[in-house]
Amino acid sequence: MAGSHRIPNGGRVSHGASTSFTFDGKRFQGLQGDTLASALLANGVHLVGRSFKYHRPRGIFAAGAEEPNALVGLREGARAEPNSLATTVELYDGLVAKSQNNWPSLEFDVSEVNNLFQRFFSAGFYYKTFIGPFEKSWMWYEHIIRKAAGMGEATTQPDPDHYEKVYKFCDVLVVGSGPAGLSAALAAGRAGARVILAEQEPELGGALLSAPKGSPSDQWLSNILGELKKLQNVELLPRTVAWGAYDHGTYTLMEKVADHKPQPDEHEVRQRSIVVQTGRVVLAPGALERPIPFGNNDRPGIMLAGAARTYVNRYGVLPGKKAVVFTNNDSAYQAALDLKAAGIDVTVVEARAEAPSELAASCASASIEVMSGHAVVGANGRMHVRSADVVRFDAKTGASSDVVRQISCDLLCVSGGWNPVVHLSSQRGRRPEFDAKLAAFVPGDPPDNQHHAGAMVGAFSDAGAAESGFEAGAEAAREAGASKSSKTLSTDGLSGADWEQPLAPVWDIKPGEQVKKRKRFVDFQHDVGVSDVELAHTEGYVSVEHLKRYTTLGMAADQGKTSNITGLALMAELTGRSIPETGTTTFRPPYNPVSFGAIAGQETGQHFRPLRRTPLHDWNLKNGAEMINVGAWQRAWYYPKPGEDVDAAYIRETTEVRKTCGMVDVTTLGKIEVQGPDAAEFLNRVYVNGWKLLKPGRARYGVMLRDDGLVFDDGTTSRLSDTHYFMTTTTAEAAAVMSHLEWLLQCCWTDLKVHVTSVTDQYAGLAIAGPNSRGLLQEVFADIDFSNEAFPFMGVRETEYKGMPVRVFRISFSGELAYEVATPSGFGEAVWEALYEAGKGHGLCLYGTEALGALRIEKGHFAGNEIDGRTSLEDLGLGKMASTKKQFVGSIMRQREGIQDENRQRFVGLEPVNPKERLSGGALLHPHNGPHAGHGLGHVSSTTYSPALGRFIGLGLIEGGLERYEGQLIDACYPLKGWVVTCKVVSPHFYDPAGEKQNG
Amino acid sequence: MRITCPCCGERDYGEFAIYGDASRQRPHMDDTDFETWYNYVYTRPNPKGRHLEFWHHVQGCRQWLVVERDTVTHEVYGVALARDVVTLPDAPKAKRKGAK
Repeated sequence: MAGSHRIPNGGRVSHGASTSFTFDGKRFQGLQGDTLASALLANGVHLVGRSFKYHRPRGIFAAGAEEPNALVGLREGARAEPNSLATTVELYDGLVAKSQNNWPSLEFDVSEVNNLFQRFFSAGFYYKTFIGPFEKSWMWYEHIIRKAAGMGEATTQPDPDHYEKVYKFCDVLVVGSGPAGLSAALAAGRAGARVILAEQEPELGGALLSAPKGSPSDQWLSNILGELKKLQNVELLPRTVAWGAYDHGTYTLMEKVADHKPQPDEHEVRQRSIVVQTGRVVLAPGALERPIPFGNNDRPGIMLAGAARTYVNRYGVLPGKKAVVFTNNDSAYQAALDLKAAGIDVTVVEARAEAPSELAASCASASIEVMSGHAVVGANGRMHVRSADVVRFDAKTGASSDVVRQISCDLLCVSGGWNPVVHLSSQRGRRPEFDAKLAAFVPGDPPDNQHHAGAMVGAFSDAGAAESGFEAGAEAAREAGASKSSKTLSTDGLSGADWEQPLAPVWDIKPGEQVKKRKRFVDFQHDVGVSDVELAHTEGYVSVEHLKRYTTLGMAADQGKTSNITGLALMAELTGRSIPETGTTTFRPPYNPVSFGAIAGQETGQHFRPLRRTPLHDWNLKNGAEMINVGAWQRAWYYPKPGEDVDAAYIRETTEVRKTCGMVDVTTLGKIEVQGPDAAEFLNRVYVNGWKLLKPGRARYGVMLRDDGLVFDDGTTSRLSDTHYFMTTTTAEAAAVMSHLEWLLQCCWTDLKVHVTSVTDQYAGLAIAGPNSRGLLQEVFADIDFSNEAFPFMGVRETEYKGMPVRVFRISFSGELAYEVATPSGFGEAVWEALYEAGKGHGLCLYGTEALGALRIEKGHFAGNEIDGRTSLEDLGLGKMASTKKQFVGSIMRQREGIQDENRQRFVGLEPVNPKERLSGGALLHPHNGPHAGHGLGHVSSTTYSPALGRFIGLGLIEGGLERYEGQLIDACYPLKGWVVTCKVVSPHFYDPAGEKQNG
Repeated sequence: MRITCPCCGERDYGEFAIYGDASRQRPHMDDTDFETWYNYVYTRPNPKGRHLEFWHHVQGCRQWLVVERDTVTHEVYGVALARDVVTLPDAPKAKRKGAK
């Protein structure tokens, strides 16, 4: 028999299949079909964790996703997962779990001293105490406090498992598989709708699984599951929680595909995130039982009455031998009777003045004592409940007597009523409504495409739930356009018994004068008690939203599933308002904790975002390039010779480009074909400079602004024919520029006949720079005359190389004589290879982005570091470039005073006084020897070592620019490291300012 | 959220990028009045309820759409191709003095 507390052949678990597991290193036996919680209880283990704040011993309290206490660390190594709910973890052979939040051990936890000082640890304690003693004291204390609090520890190793995200589509999504959910799926399925049914547990049946094995409802369940499985249009998803409800019928689900195994099978995902797009939804998630606060109501051995019944009937486990069942409603009697039938000695403490007569009669014939008009005021026993103190109690006034009896017990079951699971309705923005009869919040009118059924809408009998589900399912299918008949539902075997007598709302058992005062917990997981709610009230908190944040009630991982309603009922009582007036907090996704793995799905590591490779990628790798990520692109960073690091390599590459020539892959630049009769007019409006006079065969540098007048992007655009232009953009803004142009054409200037096409991926681009570039290109593209007269700076030529179309642009980013070559991507490697081979006779070197950057900084070209969305034309020294003869995007707004202010930070060059001193990008510019405080006068935007100048140099932006600071000293400060580099402010055009090289 | 693209049909909103208010009239290119441009760029209502918005079907047909959406409920009342519904401004009547 697996466990000392197992009922022989009891429950719905497989008694043949014994599985072994360890908890805190101790080995136990469980059965297939157990949860970790039921297997622990089967071995008599109730104590499973320590509480968050006071480190009080805590036991298993519930039997499902609402469990507030039994959070354990599951698995080991890279698969270790903290805060797993023992009540939902399916047992498998070899499972390893350990308790959390205790040191040195679960049985002896030194931090339990917090419990002795609990009146100091009340709501807001940390903030009140640690903010204020001295400046920055909270920052000082915070990390110590955070360490002492908290739950389990996450692993620091990478997750070895795979996850996936999939999309599903259906007509009717059914959430929950109790009698209501199954009946809804049946009605919709019979009608011909495409149905998905999501059930968070591994087995379908919901509350029916908590009935004794062999109950008449078992036959009903087996019949309906049989029919559902035969319906091809119904997909049943066990182990799948519906955790989020979004607009327009979008629901998010998470399927635990392999969590019930030691590890996923080969190529199997661990969890699957499912986004369901559905026409209609039937919510049938049931209701969660809530506790009643009484003294020490958190002791191990105290659990919800429905949970105790589930452990006995479903798992064949005796959670105790002698039980007290404390209730204010009829539902707990079923638990009492089932516990008794399993051999547990039971006493019922009934808060209402009179017990329901039929149930009381059943109790009498089962020899269960019922003490009506009584309440449990406190529990005795520290590591496990030993006895219950019972008082006379008036449910109408809440008045209680001295302790009239102490009932010894090792199991104390409590039922304070049932809270419908309104989460997925509330997530759609619907405020739940208070139902006075149930003393609970019900969802109210369903939002948009939802239907609600079962216990969620107060249909607590099995037959009533099934009927409401069937009706909702049929209606949902009809609305979704499924026209076949749903026929009728058989409820044979389902109990139709409703509650005999209404529940008496009881939110707190206040101890009388003579009764020992003990902490009465509302939110177990966050250690929030009745006294904390009272304190919040005393301190003036009125709104439940504030109450929640101040006391942290309902803010733990369980999101207050068992505590929220009780907390706000207490608040209502204290403020003298009704519960509906007090209102609820808003539920937001997720309903249950969802792993980051499932949300990320496949999009991790290399798949985090699309990786873009240039057509020269493989060639670059083969030829020793070190690669670097630039946005989504991978680009050649540098091409090291043996023994070279990045610095040595880029300095050599930069030097060789200026001496002979070099070739660089510039495919990543954005490329857009602009075509149509109005293309010239279009460019004239988009760019700040004039375009109408540009002749075919010529290129021009252009800058575009945003509507607000600040610089958006730059690049060269070439005119290939009267109606055809080839635009280039920066790598970073390529997509944004494309969207911008499309917006202008489709939303603003619909009268222009222009079409834009992104060809960034369709063309390979390469640049050849350096004094020898002309000779090299002349050799390879012999039919073009490369002489300066025939092919001047900013000229464009088209030709073919061995049948491959090639565009050659004489443009320069380096300040050297330079050309760019574009060819369709498929020919990229062939053209590159031809130039590389021919280049051997011209001293051609390969250079990467690091040298590319060094060359442009030497030349004083700005790039993305300077076009950072905050700079104006004037800031970049381009004020004169803007045409005064035409209007362009941003031409009016750029005239604003603030943008024209000459005190703005403007583009300058920086030379460290000590040429060997390295400048740091992002360093703040402060007055030389002046105060190095605040935001400074500007910042360093780009830095490099300049081989041409034999020194470090930098570019930056400084208030007033060259006009104010040229020739003056300034301190570049890097406060994080305490570095200060004194520099001279100079013109940014360090290299060949007259442009003789590029133009010659 | 779902948007029914006139070209591609009903699609998840993740395929689209929102640009913002589509109820403003973009000034004529020749309009040099500062206030007109200032209001166009910066002054916009933030209505609770129905709102006309530009959406770009970036990961679909790349068409710009005008979507009428409820900013509270996200209900979509209508979708059109922007090119079909935007109006061109009248040319400015007389040359007005721009801001300095």
